[in-house]
Amino acid sequence: MNTPLRRVGLAMLGMIILLLANATYIQIIKADDYREDPRNQRVLLEEYSRERGKILARGANNQAQMLATVLPTNDRLRYLRQYTAGPTFAPVTGFYSVRYGAGGLERAEDEILNGSDDRLFVRRLSDLITGRDPRGGNIELTINPAAQTAAYDAMAKAGFAGSVVALNPKTGEILAMVSTPSYDPNTLSAHDGAAQEKAWKDYNADKRKPMLNRAVSETYAPGSTFKLVIAAAALEDGKSKDDQVTSTDRLQVGGSELRNYNRGFCNGTPNGVSMEVALSLSCNTAFAQLAGDLGPEKVGKQAAEFGIGESDLTVPMRVEQSCIGPATACMSVGDKAALMQTGIGQRDVRLTPLQNAQIVATIANGGERMRPQLVKSVLAPDLSEISRLDTDSLGRVMSRDAAGQLRDMMVASEGKTGGDGKRDGLTIASKTGTAETGNDPKNTPPFAWYVAFAPADDPKIAVAVVVESQDVAATGGKLSAAIGRATIAAALGGG
Amino acid sequence: MGSPVQQGAGPAAGQSSASNDPAAPTRRGTELLLLGFAAFVVSAALMLVEANQEQQLTLRIFWYGLAFLGLFAVAHVAVRKFAPYADPLILPCVALLNGLGLVMIYRIDLAMTEKALRAGREINNDVPKQILWTTVALALFLAVLIVVKDHRTLTKYSYTFGLVGLVLLALPAFLPSVIAPTINGAKIWLKAGPFSLQPGEFAKILLLVFFAAFLVSKRDLFMAAGRRVLGVDLPRARDLGPVVFAWAVSLGVLVFQKDLGTSLLFFGTILVMLYVATERAVWVVLGLTLFVGGAVVAYNLFTHVQQRVANWFDPLATYADAGGGYQIAQALFGLGTGGVGGTGLGAGRPELVPLANTDFIAAAIGEELGFIGLAALLLVYTVLALRGMRSALAVRDTFGKLLGGGLSFLLIMQVFVVVGGVTKLIPMTGITAPFLSYGGSSLLANYVLIALLLRISDAARRPQTGARPRPVPQAPIAEAHTVMVERPT
Repeated sequence: MNTPLRRVGLAMLGMIILLLANATYIQIIKADDYREDPRNQRVLLEEYSRERGKILARGANNQAQMLATVLPTNDRLRYLRQYTAGPTFAPVTGFYSVRYGAGGLERAEDEILNGSDDRLFVRRLSDLITGRDPRGGNIELTINPAAQTAAYDAMAKAGFAGSVVALNPKTGEILAMVSTPSYDPNTLSAHDGAAQEKAWKDYNADKRKPMLNRAVSETYAPGSTFKLVIAAAALEDGKSKDDQVTSTDRLQVGGSELRNYNRGFCNGTPNGVSMEVALSLSCNTAFAQLAGDLGPEKVGKQAAEFGIGESDLTVPMRVEQSCIGPATACMSVGDKAALMQTGIGQRDVRLTPLQNAQIVATIANGGERMRPQLVKSVLAPDLSEISRLDTDSLGRVMSRDAAGQLRDMMVASEGKTGGDGKRDGLTIASKTGTAETGNDPKNTPPFAWYVAFAPADDPKIAVAVVVESQDVAATGGKLSAAIGRATIAAALGGG
Repeated sequence: MGSPVQQGAGPAAGQSSASNDPAAPTRRGTELLLLGFAAFVVSAALMLVEANQEQQLTLRIFWYGLAFLGLFAVAHVAVRKFAPYADPLILPCVALLNGLGLVMIYRIDLAMTEKALRAGREINNDVPKQILWTTVALALFLAVLIVVKDHRTLTKYSYTFGLVGLVLLALPAFLPSVIAPTINGAKIWLKAGPFSLQPGEFAKILLLVFFAAFLVSKRDLFMAAGRRVLGVDLPRARDLGPVVFAWAVSLGVLVFQKDLGTSLLFFGTILVMLYVATERAVWVVLGLTLFVGGAVVAYNLFTHVQQRVANWFDPLATYADAGGGYQIAQALFGLGTGGVGGTGLGAGRPELVPLANTDFIAAAIGEELGFIGLAALLLVYTVLALRGMRSALAVRDTFGKLLGGGLSFLLIMQVFVVVGGVTKLIPMTGITAPFLSYGGSSLLANYVLIALLLRISDAARRPQTGARPRPVPQAPIAEAHTVMVERPT
């Protein structure tokens, strides 16, 4: 009887070996498939229960200000994501929700924040050995909390919908990125599922789109601020700021007439004006004519050099493509009539506030365009630095001389611009814009723009403000200039 | 049935083993040491769960570990007294499995409690009940060890066992659903108040004892060849009785109780015992043919069998169907997430798999301890079953051999069916993992199984005092030949 018993013993071993082989297949060979199956909640739950990294910014005196932190909790998710001054910084931080995923920087830098980024590997390993729970890395932003807060408060207090973007012209660091109306990311990270759902539904149902990050995800007709691009193209084409341009009160463009804002001659004279005067008075006929004379190639080339038409820019959030042509042919302006309208920032021209900020920042930086960036440094959980921002030049857009002339033209323009917030001893170079919008532009409130940099002789901040105004008679000067100047003042500090 | 038990099937039996040495060590010290090791591993596992779940460690764990050791120390003392030559590895293996099962059930309790708290529901924890069952099971273990002083005495009651086993097996199917409710699609439970029992678990072992005794007594009949067809000796038609009987019982369980697992276990084990008793592989071939035939018929008749097979082929495809592959898919997700090293005890999400603390406990272990943990667990089962098999090889009587072999195979068969089901090697049939899963009946029955194995192993290693040096019978002096005897120098 022993022979069959031995055989049965062997069969038992065979069964176990089958089980082991199958377990090897399931747990080693197919493991990644199962782990990454979208229906497998484990990885997600694991990620949410990890101590997520902080998002911080440094203000005056190099004081760190926490924008997003975690609070240990006693429930299954273990940590509650908290945002200080949530609505102010929401366009920067984004949100982090168990049910609705993440947005903004929370999504763009998720791998760092949740600790799975390869750069954190060595630290993860040491956490594993020391038995400490793995933690996420921290993100330090380029944001200047004072400028961001000033810009947001000014916009929110006035009840404006719109955006403010401020850049450091020399480095491309994003100093402020405001979008109003905003939302409170704390409501989306709440662990109470019902509260989370309600907030999400309310925000999405709101017609004013509080969760839209207007700074990078929305495009606006730039109006007269686009004259800077035309002026740059003209200066690059060999003109100077003192060269005469037309001052006519009307131009025949296609089937319609193009007129100046005041419906009269530019500077009150039919005999031509200098380009500087034309820009400072924002004469439409002069720049429509200039654009028409330059031709589509030169205008398009200049626009492209400023970054218009780029579809792959990330800061690290993806930036919507800005265009001078229709959506189907982003960089091509149809006929000459279209080109002339493009010259004053109408027709199909649409820019993100960040794009417009880049244009003034480039002028401020002597014609060299810097890559806009939001992340100053990536820090390990113990706050040691893992990587730091590299300033990245995106190339020379215009000569230093042309940029200087354009700066002088903008200083003159600021002199002609009204609104609150002017300060003695601070020279600002700026341009306003009032862009017509909609199918019935005369009865639709315009977009009011203000783009500027300061101090003019040694620029430290470049800013673009756009307000989706409620008032049909609004102009850039009245509405946006005050907000822009407040942002500049906050960034430059009390003095 | 009272027929005499055959002694030693062949000259090889037992003699190859060292157990016939009169001075054979009992190895009880080894057993105690290994029990201590098992208690240590279980305490460490509990500590990991506490560390990962609550982040606070108290001296409580030490006391729990000690209490666990104490419980098994009682079993150890009983073995020392009532089966001193029993195999020293069997009890520690069982202690380790039982202990890890308790830790895992506790760990899943924690997760379920948290889930219930959030949903604002009350929940009954399973681990106190399982601890109670473990204590009761150990008491039953002692009782079997004390009452059954010699496993051969079981043959006297084999027909009684067979009858009782059949009745137990059939009971839930014929009782009204008030006391025999249908749970998870199977009508195999008896319920009285808070207690529920699966009589089928005990029936398995009773029927196994019956079959072992029956086969031993009728062994010669089975050895007789019937007609020879195509070079194969077919059994005689009337000898087919036991196979047909086992087949019918299995089919009955399958049809009336919809319990695929028990049916598979029962049939497989009987087949193996038949093979061991007759040493003829034709029984296995015949049995497998019957099984395949039955399976094909069942597949065509019952939609729930078709569903199971579909879930087995591709659980991810039937993931969202009612009665579909959700459960197996969740188990696979858990196993995949665990990977080689596992998430760590208490750090995974085994509660996402339905029935995580019973049928799917192997998935929970595979998730939190990884492939390494699952493999180690399978090897503990293997050691346990092979020690049983070794005892069966070494024991001198055919009944002991057959019973020991059958019980050992039953153990591995259970592991194969449940772990294979969870890991998608075979269709899921829904049985418990021996000693690991939550469930009193399975635990009690498996402890009886272990008590019997220990009894057989004791008999196998026990020195044959008195019987062994029995002198060769002397021929009567009148018939004796004259023998020259040389004076020793």
